Amino acid sequence: MIVSIASGKGGTGKTTVAVNLALAATSVEDDILFLDCDVEEPNAHIFLKPKIVEKSKVSRLVPSINKAKCTYCGKCIEVCRYHALAIISTVKSKKDRKILFFSHLCHSCAACIILCPQNAIEESKEEVGTIKQGLVGPIRFIGGILNTGQASSTPLIRQVKAKIKNEKLVIIDAPPGTSCPMVASVMGSDFCILVTEPTPFGLHDLILAIETVKKLHIPFGVIINRSDVGKDIVEDYCLKENIPLLMKIPFERRIATAYSKGRTIVNESLEYKRKFTALYEHIKEITK
Amino acid sequence: MKQLAIISGKGGVGKTIITASLAYLAEKAVIVDCDVDAANLHLILNPNVLEKIPFKGRQKASIDRRLCIRCGKCVGVCRFGAISYEKSYLDQKSILINPFLCEGCGLCSYICPQGAIKLEEEVSGAIFISESRLGPLIYARLEPGEENSGKLVSLTKEKAKLLAEKINYNLLIIDSAAGIGCPVIASLIGVDCAIAITEPTPSGLHDVNRAIDLARHLNIQNIKLVINKYDLNIKMSERIEKYCKENNIELAGRIRFDRAVIKSIIEGKTLLECKDFKDKNEILNIWTIIQNNLQATQKICSL
Repeated sequence: MIVSIASGKGGTGKTTVAVNLALAATSVEDDILFLDCDVEEPNAHIFLKPKIVEKSKVSRLVPSINKAKCTYCGKCIEVCRYHALAIISTVKSKKDRKILFFSHLCHSCAACIILCPQNAIEESKEEVGTIKQGLVGPIRFIGGILNTGQASSTPLIRQVKAKIKNEKLVIIDAPPGTSCPMVASVMGSDFCILVTEPTPFGLHDLILAIETVKKLHIPFGVIINRSDVGKDIVEDYCLKENIPLLMKIPFERRIATAYSKGRTIVNESLEYKRKFTALYEHIKEITK
Repeated sequence: MKQLAIISGKGGVGKTIITASLAYLAEKAVIVDCDVDAANLHLILNPNVLEKIPFKGRQKASIDRRLCIRCGKCVGVCRFGAISYEKSYLDQKSILINPFLCEGCGLCSYICPQGAIKLEEEVSGAIFISESRLGPLIYARLEPGEENSGKLVSLTKEKAKLLAEKINYNLLIIDSAAGIGCPVIASLIGVDCAIAITEPTPSGLHDVNRAIDLARHLNIQNIKLVINKYDLNIKMSERIEKYCKENNIELAGRIRFDRAVIKSIIEGKTLLECKDFKDKNEILNIWTIIQNNLQATQKICSL
């Protein structure tokens, strides 16, 4: 079973829920994989503190032009939808001609490589980030870290997700938002937990996240974090729309302080350990 | 024209509410919400929308089944795994394109021997030009699940710049998205000063450090930091202050944890309009620091 944790709005407690759910599930499952797909700002390792056993660089495909073969016909520029290639030339001398490549615009689609009539473009690699693998008790941890300046995180997210085998439980900590990185992370999940807070910001972004998971046909439920600091707008919305409200986590300075020290709730409170275990059992039940 | 961007790396640390409060103090500023995935500024500013401009960022492959001979060439070339065989009800394999995986590169349309695949442009979001009590607000909305948010951010900023020039305003205040990916890069390009907001948690520091690295990578040297909810963990706040010193970043302010912040969001007010908010002076100080800084860089430019 793959359970992803997403939110729309950032900072609502995705990582907190993902980490605590994984730790609580260890009392039920012994084959758990935790994926940190928030590769722009990965945080789960701060709380899980896995022992890293392997680090590997991840790269993506980019074109490399073989100048000896290139006839400057301009086909590659014509086919690139992302305007990642351009040709410069001076009228005076043909020697000055050059194909320019803008890496940050490239989507690694390989159209230029495949469609070049001269076969003058080869596949080369560009490093996009790192994947760390580690262990925390029975949990296998895999997290992606995007290199600074890389525009697109989806190639890295795809490679993190490619590590899924057929574990009993896979927990995916997704990035915030509702665009491609979030979609790439939650796609293929059996269930998605949407974490929000009871404020107009939280509700507004929750509705967008719900639209997204509905489009992807993923069953979902909602957790309200800091549930007592705002109003009941999110709860009312869930009731009205018939959306399962999975859990409410009230604001407690104790929880906030534990978080700010990199500690987890389930290790601080037996009550929450029970709650998160029950949450896992509940999700297992719904997805049956 | 000057551009001021508010970044954070980590989400939910207070970018939007602080942006709104700075906008309250700014004169002749165009406010730009570049968090196109989850724009929230309009919930505080409650603006009147004057114009809605559709955004055509999406190109997706679509297949004409009458022409398709199911040769599978497109399945083999697609690097996004967006094209696959699917068993249809007649037990005959048909070819399906997953719109969520398709990135619109068009390679399949070139490869298809039957000319059965075409790229179609669709509206995938909108830019809103609006007027609020704090000045003009330009914001955008990307349809859920869509891509190309960087392009939408660039267009949104472009619209804001044009408007500012037209009405002779000299500052853009930009609320950026969380993270360090394409929408944040697009928000930061051309910025004169970046304000990084963080909170005293390990993830807050970890993420703001990555956001600051990105700003520097984009050649923005003028970076200031604000610690929000700093009293939630004084030790961690001290660590962040030390980080500022070591990395030559000016600490522009420290805001205490205050339940009035949630109240102000619920009431749709900026922190300065919220009666119960305690650290109004701190926001004023932050604004003075920013203002002096922007004026100083102005002088250097005019010299």
